[in-house]
Amino acid sequence: MSTNTNELLEIRNLRTSFRIKDTYYPAVDNVSLTLRKNEILAIVGESGCGKSTLATSIVGLHNSINTKVEGEILYNNQNLVNLTDTQFNKLRGNDIGFIFQDPLSALNPLMRIGEQIEEGLVYHTKLNKTQRENRVLELLDQVGIPNVQRVAKQFPHQLSGGMRQRVMIAIALSGKPAIIIADEPTTALDVTIQAQILDLLKTLQDEIQSGIILITHDLGVVAEVADRVAVMYAGEVIEEASVVELFRNPKHPYTRSLLKSIPQTNSENEQLEVIQGMVPSLVKLPRQGCRFSSRIPWIPQSAHEENPELHEVAPGHLVRCTCWKEFHFEDEEGSVNQ
Amino acid sequence: MWKTIIRRVLIMIPQLFILSLLIFILAKQMPGDPFTGLITPETDPNVLEEMRIKAGFYDPWYVQYYNWIANAAQGDFGQSYTYKKPVADIIGARGLNTLLLSLLSVILVYLIAIPLGVLAGRYQESFLDKSIVLYSFISYAIPTFVLSLIFVYVFGYRLMWFPTSGTVDISLDAGTWEYYWSRFYHLLLPAITYALLGTTGIIQYLRTEIIDAKTMDYVKTARSKGIPMKKVYSRHIFRNSLLPIAAFLGFTITGLLSGSIFIETVFGYQGMGKLFIDSILSRDYSVITALVMLFGFLALLGSLLSDIILSIVDPRIRID
Repeated sequence: MSTNTNELLEIRNLRTSFRIKDTYYPAVDNVSLTLRKNEILAIVGESGCGKSTLATSIVGLHNSINTKVEGEILYNNQNLVNLTDTQFNKLRGNDIGFIFQDPLSALNPLMRIGEQIEEGLVYHTKLNKTQRENRVLELLDQVGIPNVQRVAKQFPHQLSGGMRQRVMIAIALSGKPAIIIADEPTTALDVTIQAQILDLLKTLQDEIQSGIILITHDLGVVAEVADRVAVMYAGEVIEEASVVELFRNPKHPYTRSLLKSIPQTNSENEQLEVIQGMVPSLVKLPRQGCRFSSRIPWIPQSAHEENPELHEVAPGHLVRCTCWKEFHFEDEEGSVNQ
Repeated sequence: MWKTIIRRVLIMIPQLFILSLLIFILAKQMPGDPFTGLITPETDPNVLEEMRIKAGFYDPWYVQYYNWIANAAQGDFGQSYTYKKPVADIIGARGLNTLLLSLLSVILVYLIAIPLGVLAGRYQESFLDKSIVLYSFISYAIPTFVLSLIFVYVFGYRLMWFPTSGTVDISLDAGTWEYYWSRFYHLLLPAITYALLGTTGIIQYLRTEIIDAKTMDYVKTARSKGIPMKKVYSRHIFRNSLLPIAAFLGFTITGLLSGSIFIETVFGYQGMGKLFIDSILSRDYSVITALVMLFGFLALLGSLLSDIILSIVDPRIRID
């Protein structure tokens, strides 16, 4: 276990709720996570599990009109949840960099690449115009873009998807951030470019020693780059462990189902494994009991906890609910299906 | 870019040719001839006939068409029957009047509509937004001539703040300071009327664009860079929201010469719109054909201008 000084960001009991017809429904429910220095923490889950909401809550980019954020996000002895927009602006782009999913829509189509990178420097550094321009070229070079002089003068639509994501990373890096939040940074890219971008993230992390929160639904990506993983389901963290531990020794039924549903190229089974049912909607979600129980109906209710909590099953390995002890796949022996 | 512009101008030639042919055919179908306006009880029918022959009235249609086009290309659209003056001179004088009125109107429209559109979009669903949207719908629903008449009555006739008709105080000498002030003074009321009613499109466009842009990923990126919200609005949201308005700018510029029939008629302002309606009412064909030709040309030019402007403001649209 790491010492306290290594902790960069501590999320405690974070709850982000959306207002739907005058009632607030938590999309992120009671999440506690710690990001340490020089660590890649992956947050995995299917669409709608609250992972992106978690990411935007950390940097205060949620829509403040219909979103409520409660709990604590501790960074540098301040609770980010209570910050005003002006206070947040000092952190965003400086201490915390953000990388978005789709690099085409995440870059302003009317602004030159150079301008878009330079923009943040205006607010966070005391560099003058020429120094800023040099820094832009330096950043572009750092993220592996060739021909930096020309690219700086180009518009986003003139670059390829991979190049655009490199530019996004350059923007995120511009403030030499302690924390980088990457929200599905490779989802919009094809596989070879994905690998390049992940390599780049890893290399850069070694260089600048920052903590990265990597949001993804791709377990392949997790296996490749992450140090620690938190699996989210329906707004809750249901399992947290180091990457090695999670892949070798998955406990929670959801994690096991997820891992099983990764297509295997050498498998004789022609059918893809799927998890039956779908993530319950925010409004209909049962707030008590194990949230995954409706998708594993062959497991008796008695296996679940009343108010499932995270249990430490091995050092650093946390699992929510007790149902993992009795869990087996539907087609496995001991099935009590109906 | 220049290649495209030249190509577009070249394409305009066949378009103008078809337009002119249509206008020519329609004009030929109309009763009367270029000398109808010259006929007096004393006119000798034989002399008239001679003049017709001399003017080429009995020439084959293609010869006539060629002569018309050749003259028109040199700015000679013939004589106006009603005004007994070259059409080009009349259109020139009226065009200047209309240009001044339209220019002031359009400037006022942008001055009113852009701030209102931005405010409505930025403070969406607020009381301010709802008031602005209400205004834009009411102004869209009010017929121009109704508001014009109300304004003429209230501000011109009752309060006497503004002159009620004309383009300038006729007692003043051209070229003096008072003369120019009087011209401007005569523009004000019609321009304000026009501007108050002409803002709907821009307000609505800008409002929706801003509401759209607010949710765009690049705005999130901008915010994630830690840029103050004010700057995010001015540099990212506002600029990108102006694109559709920029796309209309070409038409707006060439439309400056078209004039407004209702405004000019109610305010007795001697502009192109009034000239057009008057010449239709008095069957002044040479003026009508010249105006239709001119408006057609301006519409074509407007679309070219719009494309050029759009390609300048939006780097994704390149014409080459």
